[in-house]
Amino acid sequence: MYKNLRWKVLTTAAVFVIFFAVGVYPMLAQKYHWPSPGWLQAKALKLGLDLKGGVQLTLKVNTDDALRITTTSTSEQLRSSLSTNGMTPTITVTAPTTFRVESVPPDKDSQFRAAADEVSTTNYQRNTLPGGTYEFVMRPNIERNLREEAVEQTLQTIDRRVNALGVTEPSIARQSQAEQILVQLPGVSDVAHAKEIMGRTAVLEFKLVEAGPAPKDDLLKQYNNNLPGDLEILPGSASASDQSSTSYFVVKKVAPVTGQDLRVAKPGLDENNQPAVHFELKSEGAKNFGKLSGDNIGRSLAIVLDNRIISAPRLEGRITDQGRISGGFTSETANDLALTLRSGALPASLTYLEEEVVGATLGADSVRAGIIASAVGLLLILSFMVFYYKLSGVNAIVALVANLVILLGLMAYIGATMTLPGIAGFVLTMGVGVDSNVLIFERIKEELHAQRGVRAAINAGFNRVFLTLLDTHVASLISALFLFQFGTGPIRGFATTLSIGLFVNLFTSIFVSKTLFELELSKRKVPALSI
Amino acid sequence: MQIFKNPNVDFVRWKWHAIALSWVIILTGLGVIWKNGMPKGVEFSGGTIVIVKFAQPQDLDRIRRVLPGGGTNAIVQTYGEPATNQVMIRVHTTGSEQGQGLSDTANMVVTSLNQAGLGPIDGNGICKPGQTNCVSGKRIVGPTVGEELQQRGIMATVFALGGILLYIAFRFRFSFAVGAVVATIHDLLITLAFLALFRYELSLNVIAALLTLTGYSMNDTIVIFDRIRENMRSMRKDNLGSIVNAAVNQMLDRTMITGGLTLLSVIALYFFGGEVLRGFGFTMIIGIITGTYSSVFIAAAIVVIWQGRGPAKVAPATPVAPEGKQTGKANKRRAS
Repeated sequence: MYKNLRWKVLTTAAVFVIFFAVGVYPMLAQKYHWPSPGWLQAKALKLGLDLKGGVQLTLKVNTDDALRITTTSTSEQLRSSLSTNGMTPTITVTAPTTFRVESVPPDKDSQFRAAADEVSTTNYQRNTLPGGTYEFVMRPNIERNLREEAVEQTLQTIDRRVNALGVTEPSIARQSQAEQILVQLPGVSDVAHAKEIMGRTAVLEFKLVEAGPAPKDDLLKQYNNNLPGDLEILPGSASASDQSSTSYFVVKKVAPVTGQDLRVAKPGLDENNQPAVHFELKSEGAKNFGKLSGDNIGRSLAIVLDNRIISAPRLEGRITDQGRISGGFTSETANDLALTLRSGALPASLTYLEEEVVGATLGADSVRAGIIASAVGLLLILSFMVFYYKLSGVNAIVALVANLVILLGLMAYIGATMTLPGIAGFVLTMGVGVDSNVLIFERIKEELHAQRGVRAAINAGFNRVFLTLLDTHVASLISALFLFQFGTGPIRGFATTLSIGLFVNLFTSIFVSKTLFELELSKRKVPALSI
Repeated sequence: MQIFKNPNVDFVRWKWHAIALSWVIILTGLGVIWKNGMPKGVEFSGGTIVIVKFAQPQDLDRIRRVLPGGGTNAIVQTYGEPATNQVMIRVHTTGSEQGQGLSDTANMVVTSLNQAGLGPIDGNGICKPGQTNCVSGKRIVGPTVGEELQQRGIMATVFALGGILLYIAFRFRFSFAVGAVVATIHDLLITLAFLALFRYELSLNVIAALLTLTGYSMNDTIVIFDRIRENMRSMRKDNLGSIVNAAVNQMLDRTMITGGLTLLSVIALYFFGGEVLRGFGFTMIIGIITGTYSSVFIAAAIVVIWQGRGPAKVAPATPVAPEGKQTGKANKRRAS
């Protein structure tokens, strides 16, 4: 009669054993030091930061920075192109995406247009304003691409830096909101250091010194308070004892060699045995550096990190592919700088929007509370089911336990993360899970009342309820999907647990539970149903 | 065993009473929210939470007094098991979002505790197992995150409701979808009212619970609708009111059992799930009770009101009736 019964029983048993092995056994093995192969242990259900302890940071990438850099460099290109044509209009960057060229002489207008077309026409839209003024606005698609690129590049740079820090299993992911990145560092407790490493822009530039060091006002006086457009004033490093002693340098705006030309950066010592950072340049950078140093022997070269001059050594001779940055490092700061230089500069500065630190003990407390809540919930439900539905209640219990085991196994298998709200989802799955059985059992009872035979009642119970279950599960799934969309980290863990629970529940309540009934029915001749 | 022996309650008759009762609760809740505002968790309002693990039990008022600014607007309460001597301190400000100063306020809290001689608390690291006088957790949310999150929470709820509305309209008929969605909004409002009355904070977990409720409340409603749909076929002569009544009565055992069992599991969560999940547990407890109530009294009533009390001649818009066929197959199997 139930010719596929054997296969159904085998399938159920196999599914149960497999998911138990993946989802539950590794956790028990870990706790009680049972033998377990490494590959299985590696698959063990991942715990979220709120349960495991660690640091979680939400960052915003200030992509305006990246736009401003591009706009500035385009405007500088235009400036140098114009000056070769004998024009020196005022060029100012007025917004991250906009720069303005003022007082273009009317007689040179066509020349200006030609030069401007060459430099900026692909990326910028040119608007003509009255009085020989032109405004260049970045085209929207270029802006979008640049912002996107900046976020992506930041993501990769942070990833490299975090890996260099030696954090195990970090997670660095873009948020659904534009320009936000979620960084999870399990096991880390020194937030300040982690933030410093991640957030340092680490833009390294080598710029020729024109004047300085001197107080800012003195430098401005040298230029009659009117600094030429191709120069800028940058602060030098202040001595630690006296912040007001900061001296300033006038340097060229354009940096012929930058951190992008670096091949290697590693901590070391300088000639005075003070900590320093050694670097080597890629071939293109080495060529530029050779020309820069060879042409300017006797002048000073400013080493600029994040718009602050670390040191400005005199060029003693031609330097090509390697060099050294020294200037008041401790071995720790030299180490950190080498690390950030190696991992590349950030294209934009970062803003910290959110910071969460969970101690390992706090996490362990949550896990304990979660396990107790689950156990109590399960026990209450089990007692009721056996009390109310008797032997059929046992059937529901088997289905429910299978449901939970498969849920854990499936989560472990797909690499989902169990979070504290996820535990809530787990507990909730019990309630919702047993509902399917209640629906089916109540229907069977009804059919029995309508004087149907036991077999017919059971069949009708399952068949009629199937569509109801489908509808209720789809509706729940819809809200879980939006929950997933809405949430971050822990809430996603909840949505994941809930959704997987729903899928598994369909399987256990319909397939497993029915198989158990059929098993019962196949044994005896039309038994009285204990329900 | 049965809870109700062949129940035959005229639920539809009570629909106006039920609706009035719901309005009273909702309006009370809205009044409280209007007067006091809805307390918001740190995720939404922004602010700094520091959980400090002391070596000895502490006087919470003393901690509050030594906080920067005399602890105005600060929340100081014990956290977790009393034996762990943990105190949660929440202030409504954070350091600057620019640069690396976000945790400045958190550091200030620790410094002021130390200055008052309550420490010395190690403010840099995080409690190692067995360590005391240390920070066991921090949570700092800048003001921009909160605003964004609030909007996304509302959007998620609206879209979830919309999605379910479409699904039910597709599977049943439009009046059913309206009934289900109105019932769900009703549940959300009632739950919000209770949250406001009991001064629970609107946290991420509470929002998650509210969104789960939309699913749960639909669940209950769909089960009854499903039965109404079935009865519409078998009780063609009867008017919609009796059909609905019959369905609600037939499903009464199931509704009570499921409601009760889910309630048991969230009660376990409320009492044993720990500090963080308490708000979640509370929201679910209220939500499940109103969800059960609304699927019996509200959802079906809306369908009846929407359709008028005429005879339910029209078959469901989408006649999904493979049940009959399946039963047929089952019969055949039984015969073989």
